[in-house]
Amino acid sequence: MGVDLEKILRPVDTPLAPYPPKFMTVASGETLVVRQVERDEIPTLLLHVEPLVHVERDFYDVVAARVYAELLGYYRHRMQDEYVLVGQIDGHLAAIVNGRTVSPRLGMSLHTLALRRGLRIGAHCFAAKMEYHLDILGQDEVLIVAESPIGFRRWMIEYQLEKRFEVAHELGGVPSYALTRALFDRARSSLVVGRRPVPPGLLAQAQAAILPPTDPPRPPADLLAATRAMYDSTGTALLLQRGRQELEGGHA
Amino acid sequence: MREVYAAGVGITSFTRLEYPLVEIAAYPAMMALLDAGLKAVDQVYVANMGSARLNSQTALASAVVDTLGLTPAGAERIENGPASGASAVKQGFLGVASGMYEAVLVTGCERMREVNNLEATDFVATMTHPLAEYVYGVTLPAHAAMFTRLYMQRYGVTERHLAMVAVKNHANAMKNRFAHLHQPITIEGILDSPEAFTNNPYVSEPLRFFDCCPVSDGGAAVILASREKMAELGKPLIRLAGLGQATDTLAVFERPDPTDLLAVRRSAAAAFAMAGLTPSDVQVAELHDAFTILEIAESEEAGFFPKGEGHLALEKGVTSLGGALPINPSGGLKGKGHPVGATGIGQVHEIVTQLRGEAGDRQVAGAKVGFTCNFGGFGNNVISMVFVREE
Repeated sequence: MGVDLEKILRPVDTPLAPYPPKFMTVASGETLVVRQVERDEIPTLLLHVEPLVHVERDFYDVVAARVYAELLGYYRHRMQDEYVLVGQIDGHLAAIVNGRTVSPRLGMSLHTLALRRGLRIGAHCFAAKMEYHLDILGQDEVLIVAESPIGFRRWMIEYQLEKRFEVAHELGGVPSYALTRALFDRARSSLVVGRRPVPPGLLAQAQAAILPPTDPPRPPADLLAATRAMYDSTGTALLLQRGRQELEGGHA
Repeated sequence: MREVYAAGVGITSFTRLEYPLVEIAAYPAMMALLDAGLKAVDQVYVANMGSARLNSQTALASAVVDTLGLTPAGAERIENGPASGASAVKQGFLGVASGMYEAVLVTGCERMREVNNLEATDFVATMTHPLAEYVYGVTLPAHAAMFTRLYMQRYGVTERHLAMVAVKNHANAMKNRFAHLHQPITIEGILDSPEAFTNNPYVSEPLRFFDCCPVSDGGAAVILASREKMAELGKPLIRLAGLGQATDTLAVFERPDPTDLLAVRRSAAAAFAMAGLTPSDVQVAELHDAFTILEIAESEEAGFFPKGEGHLALEKGVTSLGGALPINPSGGLKGKGHPVGATGIGQVHEIVTQLRGEAGDRQVAGAKVGFTCNFGGFGNNVISMVFVREE
C-alpha cells in the first residue's frame, strides 16, 4: 500500500486534553490507579483482552471482541479521536475503558471491560470515563449503550440515563442513552470517587508496566457451559456428559 | 424410623447461569448420582421457589426427571420460599426413613438473574404477608434493616461487626470454586476508606451493599439413602441425624419481640433433640446469612452462643476458619450465593463435603458433626439439620 493511500485511510486525530490520573481504595483495600494510556501501550492491552474473547459468560466474549477491535483500530490508526483509560492495581490490569469524541460537544462511550470483578472497578473506571468527557473535555453529553445486563444496571439504572433513541449508537446501531452534565452532577456524590494527585511512586509503578490481570473472568467452574455450547434444547447433552463421565470416573 | 444417609452430593457454580432452569437442576443431580454411584432412584424432589414467575415454567419436577433419564421415578416440586431446599430434603428424609424408598434424589435450583435486581427483589418480597407487609412495599432488605437496627440498639452490634461477617465469608468463598463472589474485601475498603461509601453504599440503612447476599443462579443436589442402600454403595456414612422445623407469624410485626427468631431456636432445638446431641457437639455450621446480621442472630438462636453475644464470638474469631466453631466455611449465602430454591441443599452439600474431609483449603479439621439452618421468609419457616459422620 502506498503512503498516499495511507494518508487517506488514516484519520487525523483532534488533540484532546489529557486525562489527569487519579487513585482510590477499592473494597478489597487495594489501591486502584486510573490513568490514560498511550498508543504504544496498546499491544500489551491486546494480549490481556484476547483471552476474554473465549469467556462465554456475562457477554465477556462479545465485549472483549469489540474492545480488541477498537484497541487495534486505535493502534493501527483506524479510529478517530479515540482515547483509552486503564485501571491498575499494583501495576496489574484491572479494567479498560474507552470512548471517542464525536464533536466538541458530544462524546461517544465505547466500552467498559472489567478484568477483576465484584469490586466496582468497572464502575469506578466508567465514572472516570464520564469525568473525562464532561469535566476534562467539556462536552455536554455522552452517548452510551450497554451490551450486558450488568452494564445496563450500572449505567442506565444507576445514572438514570436519558433516552436518545432517535440516535443510533456506534456500537451495533442500537438506540442510544445519554449522560448529560446535569445527570452526572447528580451522580457525583455517590458514584464518582478518586483522589488527585496520584503519589509519584504509585503512578510510576502503574506507568512502568501493565502487568497481567491477577484474577481475570473465567467460565463457570462446572460443565453446564459446555452443555449449552452444544445448543442442545432438550438436555440430551447432559445425558451424553453423564455417560462420558461414568466412563472416565469423573466427579463433581 | 429408619436411619437416612447422604450418599452423594453435587453442585453448580452459584453465579449467573445463562442456561435453562431444568439444566441447572439436572446438572448437580447428575453429579450427585455419579458421586453416589447410582443410576436410578425411587423418587425425585425438586426444590424451587420461582420458576413459574421468573422462568415461565411449571411442572418443573416432570421436566427434571425426564432430562435426567430417571423416569419412571416419582417426581415432585417442593416450594417453601428460601427454605425450599431444606423442605425438599425433609421430604426425601421422610420417604427413606418411612421405608417407602431406598434412595431418593433431592435437587434444588433457581434462576433468578433472568430478571433484573428490582424484579428479583420484588419476587422475593412476595413471601411477606400480602396484606400486612407486601402491599406497603416491604422488601427483605427493608425487613432485615429494621431487624438490624433493633439488634444494634439492644445488643451493641455495630456496622463494623456486620462488615466483619462479610469479610470473613468473602474470604471463605475465595476457597470455594463454586462460590458466586470471589473477591476478597477488607474493612478498610468497605468501611474506612474515603471511597467506602461508594464501594459499599447503604442499601437499606444500616445495611450496606456488602451486608446483603448476591442474587444468584445455581443448583445443588443430594442423594438420600437407607442404611441398606449405603452398604451397597460403599460411601462414607454421613447420617442426617436430626431434622427440626418450626414456623412463626408470617407478619414480623406480630411477634412479641421482633429480634427473637423463635422458629430458628425451636427448629434447632428439635434437630438437636432428634440427633441426641447439643450445640456444643457441632464443629462446623452453615447458617442462612442472607444478610450479615442473620449469621450473628442465628448463631445465638441455634444455641452456639448466648443471646446477644454472637458478635462477640465473631470479634474473637471463634466463627472463622480455624476458630472453635467455623460458621459458613463455604462462604455462606453472603459469599457463596443465594439461589433461593437451591440454598438449603447447598448448605447440605457443604456440610457433607466437610464431614467427608473433602473441603480442601476450607476444610474444618476433624469435623464429625455439622449443622445447617435454612431460614424461610423472615424467620417464619425454618428448618435445621444435624449431620453426623459415622465411622
